[in-house]
Amino acid sequence: MLERANPVSESRVGEGGWRVVVGTRLSRIAAIVAAFVVVGLVVLPAFASRALIQDLIFVFTMLALAQLWNVLAGWGGLITVGQQAFVGLGGYVLFAATVLAGLDPLLAIPLAGLFAGLVAALIGPLLFRLEGPYFAIGSWVVAEVCRLLCAQFKPLGGGTGTSLPNVVTANMWGLKPVQDLLAVRAPVARDVIVYWLTLVVVVATIAAIYAFARSRLGLALAATRDSMAASRSIGIRAHRIRYGLWIVCGVATGIVGAIVYLQKARISPDAAFSVTDWTAYVLFIAVIGGVRTIEGPVVGVLLLWALQHYLAQFGSLYLLLLGLIAIVMMLFLPKGLWGTFAERADIHLMPLRRRLRRS
Amino acid sequence: MAVIDTLVQGALLGGVYALFALGLSLIFGVMRLVNLAHGDFIVLAAFIVLVGATSFGLSLPVATLIAVVAMFCLGFALQRLVLEAVLGEDIMPPLLITFGLSIVIQNGLLLGFGADSRRLDAGAFETRSLEVVQGLNVGLAPLLALIVAIAVILLLQLLFYRTALGRAFRATSDNPEIAQLMGIDHRNIYAVAVGISLAVSVIAAVAFGIRANFDPAIGPARLLYAFEAVIIGGLGSLWGTLAGGMVLGIAQTVGARIDPEWQILAGHLAFLLVLFLQPRGLFPARRA
Amino acid sequence: MTTLLATHALDAFYGDFQALFGVDFELAQGEAVAVVGANGAGKSTLLKSLVGLLRNRHDAIHFLDHDIGDRPAPEIVRMGLALVPEGRQLFASLSVEENLLVGAYGAARREPWALDTVYELFPVLRERRRGNVADMSGGQQQMVAIGRALMSNPRVLLCDEISLGLAPVIVEDIYRLIPRIRAGGTSVVIVEQDVARALRTVDRFYCLQEGRVTLAGRPADVSFDDVRKAYFGA
Ligand SMILES: Nc1ncnc2c1ncn2[C@@H]1O[C@H](COP(=O)(O)OP(=O)(O)OP(=O)(O)O)[C@@H](O)[C@H]1O
Ligand SMILES: [Mg+2]
Repeated sequence: MLERANPVSESRVGEGGWRVVVGTRLSRIAAIVAAFVVVGLVVLPAFASRALIQDLIFVFTMLALAQLWNVLAGWGGLITVGQQAFVGLGGYVLFAATVLAGLDPLLAIPLAGLFAGLVAALIGPLLFRLEGPYFAIGSWVVAEVCRLLCAQFKPLGGGTGTSLPNVVTANMWGLKPVQDLLAVRAPVARDVIVYWLTLVVVVATIAAIYAFARSRLGLALAATRDSMAASRSIGIRAHRIRYGLWIVCGVATGIVGAIVYLQKARISPDAAFSVTDWTAYVLFIAVIGGVRTIEGPVVGVLLLWALQHYLAQFGSLYLLLLGLIAIVMMLFLPKGLWGTFAERADIHLMPLRRRLRRS
Repeated sequence: MAVIDTLVQGALLGGVYALFALGLSLIFGVMRLVNLAHGDFIVLAAFIVLVGATSFGLSLPVATLIAVVAMFCLGFALQRLVLEAVLGEDIMPPLLITFGLSIVIQNGLLLGFGADSRRLDAGAFETRSLEVVQGLNVGLAPLLALIVAIAVILLLQLLFYRTALGRAFRATSDNPEIAQLMGIDHRNIYAVAVGISLAVSVIAAVAFGIRANFDPAIGPARLLYAFEAVIIGGLGSLWGTLAGGMVLGIAQTVGARIDPEWQILAGHLAFLLVLFLQPRGLFPARRA
Repeated sequence: MTTLLATHALDAFYGDFQALFGVDFELAQGEAVAVVGANGAGKSTLLKSLVGLLRNRHDAIHFLDHDIGDRPAPEIVRMGLALVPEGRQLFASLSVEENLLVGAYGAARREPWALDTVYELFPVLRERRRGNVADMSGGQQQMVAIGRALMSNPRVLLCDEISLGLAPVIVEDIYRLIPRIRAGGTSVVIVEQDVARALRTVDRFYCLQEGRVTLAGRPADVSFDDVRKAYFGA
């Protein structure tokens, strides 16, 4: 996002002094503010408590997952409730690569992404055969298959799962320098590394989605979603874009899963492939903030964080409440908090639409 | 004999899966809605029957009947008050709402009943079995489930193809706007469809609940089985759904014979295999 | 003659786009009226408004002493309005007979039209009653569409371009039915591109142009030139 400090693209339209603009003055200010925020977040571990760092890890991972779901569902029309498949696979590959193959965790993370992407590439054509809403359940089945297969994988503890041995993270790349740099103990340093990783992932995800949404590909895909006629005329191409999007999101989700489980240091099939943890929260974030906007999930994740903080101890009641809030939102504010606000106030921090402006 | 026994047990299990699937496929057929809370509604129905039978001391058939009426009304109200507002071109809102409902029902049941496993008490009936031939025993409860599934399909066929309401369902499914020109209020048609779907879920819940344990968390798995039966059988065909349920049941039973831990996985894999080989299902309806 | 159906300053919109501007339309008991106009003039929009597929101001439409402008279509249909929609729009998953039967779903009355009488009107439909509507010729499909609308025994039958895409002989056959339909006590509104044919069939007509009534009257009272002007604009 730093290199997008001036997101204005323009082109002349005729002689009338009109031009097409995407950016606005506000969006430029927002980009600058965002750049400062990111810099602030990078140096935050020097001051912040470990608890805050851990909270932010949660916020960043959930935000990344929500953005990934949002681009799949909102732009690609691929409404999935099976993202836990890629989170879980990412986690399991991380464990397999580090515990069984002795790789460094930092090396295992991209490997996890690649593996998740490979699975996405293989299963995608099958799932795409399912009509509209049935795709959603199909993706859930795939996640269940992954869960059951991992539960059969005895070297990583089968159904009960396993913990990451200390040696794995004790010698992790970058641990020593971070320990020295911040003068902290190894566990804290590990959290900081994970924190930075999640920060990189979430910023990269948002930047990539923003770039995609404004690109020709993204606009073409948005058009197919909005109009059946258009989708028929550019159907084949849309199908390819969608497939590519699906794979890329699989890779990214796998990476997030690997990072999450590096932090948790304990994995089990039920947790790694939990529909509540990796899809329900994610949908909640998107719905509350506003599907099909990039700012929305940021609002949504902060709200979830707050609710989690105050209500998570109530267990089932908390989840019940989240479900009810989401339903009520869908009924009365279907565009979410941010989407509604942006529309009413005509404020777009990360504008996607092209507008005509008189120069 | 073991082979035949496996096939028979699997096919009988398929009756229950077909019952799970009928409600799901019914509302998809009429209104292109996929209810992600379908499995949780089945579990909710099981708990309603359980409460009727244990807390109010009703007999199982009476409790079932009351639950059928209650769930029909719930479905009708759900459609008119909640789903109707979000039904349209965009398939995302109904999916999100029903997913939310799934979370709400699951956790509501957890709050009300705890995480313990329950079972519907059908007396001695649930353990009785019939020796069809030497060495092949068929449980009465599974057999009855299959018979009930067939009966429900017949009733639905009758409703769909022999009554004015059924014609209204199919007309609305073809084109809701033109259906209005026939004096059909599509909103009520949709609401009745959801009502029937949930009423059938009660039958499914009882058929399931007298032979297996249930708890608030098992809804999503029932949704997946229902969905797999629908897709394996082929969209738009009720008998296909029954066959799909049986294929799924047989796959699971075969899987379980190999290794008990493989039961569920085998079912999912059979589904993926059918999707790979025969994407329109094994017995697709004649018209697309 | 008593007015059965009327609009008062009817405006109609598709989103922000206004398709009708202050249309005053009237239909008396037993009358046959034509609505003519070029493509996009708003003829179908007028019929859709009458039958409630487009919602309007409460008092913009008057039918049988009720203001029905804002009532939903099923309710209006049940009061006795039936539309043969443009392009026939049969139900593909229903057989020929089922298409007819579903037409009676919200029937206001049971007389005079029923399966038997519709089959008398269109004998070929009886032969193909179990058939699939998609396998029929355009003319036969149009018969199903008309029959389906008649099955509700409407007081007013609205026909949107029933001759569209049909061979001239078939069109002739279909238009010959209009007197029989009127004989059953049904008033008729026909929307037609073929102005000459329309004017031969009806008592009165309206000409629409870009959403406005540009001419109305009895066919006998206007010259062909008047109609042409009203139709295409000056
Ligand atoms: N669903 C719709 N959405 C938006 N605009 C519409 C819609 N239907 C019709 N219109 C517009 O409203 C105007 C009137 O259309 P209408 O269909 O009533 O014309 P018509 O006289 O029936 O034409 P035709 O002879 O082609 O059937 C046209 O400009 C048309 O483009
Ligand atoms: Mg028209």
